[in-house]
Amino acid sequence: MKSLEQIFADSLAINLNDISDALTYQSIPQWDSVAHMTLIAAVEDGYGIMLDTDDIIDMSSVGKAKAILQKYGVEIA
Amino acid sequence: MNTLLSGKKVLITGAGRGIGKAIAHLFAQQGAEIFLNGRNETVIAQLKDELVATYSATVHLVVFDVADAESVKQGFRTLFAITKSLDVLVNNAGILDDALIGMVSQAQIQQTFSANTFSVLYCSQYAARMMQRNKQGSIINMASIIGRVGNAGQAVYGGSKAAVIGITQSLAKELATQNIRVNAIAPGFIDTDMAHSLSDDKFQQRLDSIAMGRIGSPEEVAKVALFLASDLSSYVTGQVIGVDGGMLI
Repeated sequence: MKSLEQIFADSLAINLNDISDALTYQSIPQWDSVAHMTLIAAVEDGYGIMLDTDDIIDMSSVGKAKAILQKYGVEIA
Repeated sequence: MNTLLSGKKVLITGAGRGIGKAIAHLFAQQGAEIFLNGRNETVIAQLKDELVATYSATVHLVVFDVADAESVKQGFRTLFAITKSLDVLVNNAGILDDALIGMVSQAQIQQTFSANTFSVLYCSQYAARMMQRNKQGSIINMASIIGRVGNAGQAVYGGSKAAVIGITQSLAKELATQNIRVNAIAPGFIDTDMAHSLSDDKFQQRLDSIAMGRIGSPEEVAKVALFLASDLSSYVTGQVIGVDGGMLI
């Protein structure tokens, strides 16, 4: 299974080394609203879950994504 | 063999009767894999049996109340557990509850807008997410002639359906880049339980206002839905198609 960081890197088309918990939505041109929905689909497919709309809106950073995914029982390495 | 919708996964809300049921039949005949929604499981289970027996269709049931955001969420969770992609959403479910403006209760307003308008937003939200995976899809919203031209005693219903048209046109613009088309159908006077809930006087009054001189059938609405669901309408989005026999209100 891909790591969450790898899912972010693939979905946003950026280097894996550029992914950190501090990376935030719309802080880079690659993470715009369209890419956000692509990212959400990749996260859902990767972990076999369906995210609530409120969580999609709240997923404003990589760190926040990890916290949200824990609610769904996803274990982040 | 009829294959206009072969390989397409379709969710039809309010599929248990009237226009929704006619759409389910036509879409099953055309090879779609169908997800039937309704609030009454017994009713849609019976429809499922009909579709399987008649067309050997693949049919799933997703029981939820489109008017309730939490129920819609649970319904899409059920859907999502079966499939990660969706090709067509028919936002068909709706209610009619007429009253003169001075006699409309707050509860009526809330119920009508929840069932006819908010439901379209709730379901489209989830469906669009699923459609974005394949960068294609078609959302078909059931509006009404009353939402286009209005009618005395139908301020709430007309408003709820006019809003559906606004939602359709806005979503069409937003989702076009994802190759998701969004259109509405505006039926006139159609031979459903909803039409027969009118008094005899009103029923006749409506008939008299139709240039073609007859009530429409649910199947005639379903044919337009088929056009919008299929690739026949691959370059059509943001449109409101009247199916009303030349009705004038």
